[in-house]
Amino acid sequence: MSGDKILNVDRLAMRFGGIVAVQDLSFAAERRKITALIGPNGAGKTTVFNCITGFYKPSGGAIRLTHDGGTTIALERLNDFRIAKQAKVARTFQNIRLFPGMTALENLMVAQHNALMRASGFTFLGLIGAPGYREAEKRAIDLATDWLKRVNLLDRADDAAGNFAYGDQRRLEIARAMCTEPALLCLDEPAAGLNARESAALSELLLSIRDELGTSILLIEHDMSVVMEISDHIVVMDHGVKIAEGTPREVRDDPKVIAAYLGADEEEAAAVMEGGS
Amino acid sequence: MKAPSTHPIKPATSIPALLKTAFVNALIALVLFSLMIGIRTEAGSSGQLTYWTRFGDLASIVAAVFGGSIVIELLRQWIGPTGAEKLVPPAVQSGISFIGRYLAPALLIFTLLVPVMFYNQRYILDLAILVLTYVMLGWGLNVVVGLAGLLDLGYVAFYAVGAYSYGLLATNFGWSFWICLPLAGILAAFWGVLLGFPVLRLRGDYLAIVTLAFGEIIRLVIINWQDLTGGPNGVSGIPRPSFFGIPLDNSDDGLAARLGIEYSPTHRIVFLFYLILALALLTNWATIRLRRLPIGRAWEALREDEVACRALGINTTTTKLTAFATGAMFGGFAGAFFATRQGFISPESFTFQESALVLAIVVLGGMGSQLGVALAALAMIGGFELFRSLESYRMLVFGMAMVLIMIWRPRGLIGHRAPTVYLTKAQAISSDLVKEGHG
Repeated sequence: MSGDKILNVDRLAMRFGGIVAVQDLSFAAERRKITALIGPNGAGKTTVFNCITGFYKPSGGAIRLTHDGGTTIALERLNDFRIAKQAKVARTFQNIRLFPGMTALENLMVAQHNALMRASGFTFLGLIGAPGYREAEKRAIDLATDWLKRVNLLDRADDAAGNFAYGDQRRLEIARAMCTEPALLCLDEPAAGLNARESAALSELLLSIRDELGTSILLIEHDMSVVMEISDHIVVMDHGVKIAEGTPREVRDDPKVIAAYLGADEEEAAAVMEGGS
Repeated sequence: MKAPSTHPIKPATSIPALLKTAFVNALIALVLFSLMIGIRTEAGSSGQLTYWTRFGDLASIVAAVFGGSIVIELLRQWIGPTGAEKLVPPAVQSGISFIGRYLAPALLIFTLLVPVMFYNQRYILDLAILVLTYVMLGWGLNVVVGLAGLLDLGYVAFYAVGAYSYGLLATNFGWSFWICLPLAGILAAFWGVLLGFPVLRLRGDYLAIVTLAFGEIIRLVIINWQDLTGGPNGVSGIPRPSFFGIPLDNSDDGLAARLGIEYSPTHRIVFLFYLILALALLTNWATIRLRRLPIGRAWEALREDEVACRALGINTTTTKLTAFATGAMFGGFAGAFFATRQGFISPESFTFQESALVLAIVVLGGMGSQLGVALAALAMIGGFELFRSLESYRMLVFGMAMVLIMIWRPRGLIGHRAPTVYLTKAQAISSDLVKEGHG
């Protein structure tokens, strides 16, 4: 494995009381590439995600994020909202967390909160209607419109997000995360609950995010057709440890991976073997 | 609004079931009222307990419940199953939005004309000032509860801080109302932040309880810090507001003398009316404006989903603090107005009752809705006065009206939410989708 790494996870450990959820996990995600984190249910994937995005504080290990300019940030030392604000790591959730009572456009405007706060002079300039803020708001609306177009929801911009169909909510959540203009986009099971057609559209969307915008993506996914099709690199976890990593082809043929999936769930094992071939 | 014909009709309840329901209700009534109505106790002439029974009254109450529950059950079947029609037809919706668009300006024009129309009716003017004070308090609390979704049961604390700030600054240093007004707001906001820091880690019920305690602490401090606040005796002799330096009194340099018109005490009342109206409109303007700024959107996003806010890089602590401080500041303004209007303040004016009343206004109005809060303040304060002729049944009628409104409109008078930004068309968002917040 060579190349420019955006994320380096080094000997990450997470314990909840006596339960070890993640142990001695090391992997890296390359810049402008899609890295997938897979594994049977309960392998500790979401725990790793929560450590990277600041929702948990890791019990041990280091998580380093290197920005384009070369500055490196220790994510395990940043907490809470600062990971999204300073380290520019955006995430989506396994169980979609939109703002259901706000419109699609408003959801995307909230995502640009920090940029707009600066533009509004921390509210004071905005309150008196300074022209600079109006310009910034217009640009924010343009960016939001652009993303609504990309995820094919432009005609529903003024509808409440809570009224959207499941697949649309998933796409809107990705658009909202992208409106924070992240360096690393973390997606927690973006294809869960999507039908085959929606999954294909999702793959296309993620590839376009990687190729056109150069955003690095880290994703957890169970839908192997998506994982095998779009991932550049796959990390396989089971019971809190890494059991394999490599290209989709390498991982698919790895006997340890097949054993882990066979031991966990026959359907998933079959999916691993068939997916992407 | 006719129920669709395809709706499955519930089979009529059989007579034995009907009787059974009525019997159970009557039994509950018997248990409940046996002590309350069945036995009457009183202190005798030498302090001993005397009591006598009123089984006749008890029997008639129980019989009324028995009969009443049969009638209600029959009525219910006649009206049809409840909750059959959740969706409001588009025609009705557009009608409501049409009324909504013109109701607010109409109300504003009416309010502006109140002193003209009721110039000689001091009672109505006083009541209007009271209503407007609660409108302002409601709008202030609406920022905290309605927008940011933080349940604040101690809002009266900031009202008290504002009132005492003006009262003490004016009586001790002789500062004018117009200097003290912003100071009262700033001090209240400061206390809002001070309270916010330790408290905002808490969520939901816990936050509500701590804010409730904070409201009581402020009141107890005011009662006990006698050197500063005068304790239970309060602060008296608080100067009346001046018309930007010109006193509104009977003196030679008073406003009436300067304008060359005959002095009347009503001038001051009318001035106070327009003063609170201006303050309330300022609150409204600021809130509407803030909602469309990133900070206001962040408040609403916080109410919808705090975890998602954090994932988007929003500092939830400062966002909550600004909501608290903004609400507190408006409470402080209202407090300063209260002090100058009364001329006398004491801890008795700042009890939990007031917090509960303002919160009830916000909830009844529909959390987050400016117009709803104004209507609710009118209904709560004005309505309460309306029932004055009913004397001891006033509370009963009022309580029943509240219960009926909460059954009819559980999300408040105006439950839907207007979006803060739109591409093509702003459409109201149904209250079913909007979250109440959880602390």
